[in-house]
Amino acid sequence: MSAAPQKAKPGAEQLAVRVSAVVPLNDLVTRFEFQRTDGQPFPTFSGGAHTVVTMQDDGRTRLNPYSLMSDPADTSTYAISVRRDDQGRGGSLFMHTRVKQGDEMTITYPVNLFSLDLRARKHLFFAGGIGITPFMSMIHQLEQSNGNWELHYSVRTEALGTYVDELKYKFPTKVHVYYDDQSQSIPLETLLDGQPLGTNAYVCGPKGMIDWVHATASAAGWPDAQVHSEEFLAPAPGKPFEVRLCKSDKTIQVGENESLLEAIERAGVEAPFLCRGGACGQCETDVVSYDGEFIHRDHWLEPEQQAGEKIMPCVSRFVGKSLELDR
Amino acid sequence: MSKFQFPESIKSRPVYGTLEPRPGKAHLMIADAEGAEAILDLAAQDASLMAHAHIIYIPKGTDFGDKLRALNPAQYYEGPSYDASVQRLRHVLANAHQGLQVYLTGTEGLMGQAQNEAMQAGIPHTSIQTEHRGSVARRMQCVHCKGITEDVMTDPFVCSHCGLNLFVRDHYSRRLAAYQGVCIDAEDPGNVPEPKELYT
Repeated sequence: MSAAPQKAKPGAEQLAVRVSAVVPLNDLVTRFEFQRTDGQPFPTFSGGAHTVVTMQDDGRTRLNPYSLMSDPADTSTYAISVRRDDQGRGGSLFMHTRVKQGDEMTITYPVNLFSLDLRARKHLFFAGGIGITPFMSMIHQLEQSNGNWELHYSVRTEALGTYVDELKYKFPTKVHVYYDDQSQSIPLETLLDGQPLGTNAYVCGPKGMIDWVHATASAAGWPDAQVHSEEFLAPAPGKPFEVRLCKSDKTIQVGENESLLEAIERAGVEAPFLCRGGACGQCETDVVSYDGEFIHRDHWLEPEQQAGEKIMPCVSRFVGKSLELDR
Repeated sequence: MSKFQFPESIKSRPVYGTLEPRPGKAHLMIADAEGAEAILDLAAQDASLMAHAHIIYIPKGTDFGDKLRALNPAQYYEGPSYDASVQRLRHVLANAHQGLQVYLTGTEGLMGQAQNEAMQAGIPHTSIQTEHRGSVARRMQCVHCKGITEDVMTDPFVCSHCGLNLFVRDHYSRRLAAYQGVCIDAEDPGNVPEPKELYT
């Protein structure tokens, strides 16, 4: 039983769980807590890990990744916090409207693509909105070893400041909150200046914020290896297209609102995946032939690989006459 | 001629590059002997680095000191040896902040040891720039007695600590900043090939 990524295997190993609590936190965010149905303890995980939640939505299977935000050392309960996205593809709406306490669900073993670098002299966290979730478990982990950390958390309004009260109450000197509606913003350049050598920065939030932190740190001479980020992409909708899967000898249709990976799975073809958000590289698929244009949206492939060599079916799409994949 | 193209070797062997100006809040440059020429080349690319530069230079009998001083670095220190300069280096690193760029140039022994100090201070080795200049002499560790012999120019050589005849390997330790020297006549004591100068 290993949670380590294994090639050519669809997803990490599964855990059967029961929803033990549904806790609305504000207008947009709700926390879901899980306990194992077999009564066994959960595996411990490392701060920043995520789990992929399987949702059975009227015959349609949705698989969405969420950061585990509970204490990594707590083996009785896992918790995720889900922000409702009314314009999204429906996974978060399903969680908010359909999932009730007592429901049985399936989640994967924890997978960590955003772990702490424990060699760091100091951990500097930048969170935007629901990007706070991985930092919740990282903070739990660091507090156990008296770690040196500092959180800078940007939220839209006081009412939408998920976990702000709890964090400020527990760590009044380490947590700094900035409210958009009060025209406050993270003083990034000032914060990056004068940090002790060996400080690592971590950012989770909207794409613009991630790019901003990377670019500003780079311009200030920070080593790239000491600036970490995580952004889960949701697969964007797009025009339907047809794909030939040559190993499986099947031709499938990818609908407007489903990802290529979901269409492959719907056809009964086992495809490897892990994060389903363009970050982990597990679902990398070879392109056999194509006539048209790719819409690459992943954070994984090199530009030369994106030029007709490979595709990440979890987030990327295709427009054109024909596409044949080695799957 | 201070540049030398090392032949391709095993993965363990360090590969050196060419120093280039990079954005940073402060610039720490450490050089010995002909490494001074790489610093002069770097300054020629971007003279503005010098306003925030600290140069630690070990001449090893060369006379580049005046040229380096003429670059007008914010701080300049000339030391008689690496060992004599390491206290200063540690002090600089202990008080440094994120955004420090480190440039190492000169002999392999100097770059390896200074890189080790910078890594221990929290800088990933991947973001420390290096450029080899000057002597191809190696800093060697005897794998038998663990003693370090500096400036080894021949293969095989005699360990300066235990006296064994050592074969010069390309197997490198980043932690020790040294190549590994292994007894060449263990099976047949006294059967030692004629020492040959490195890369000749």
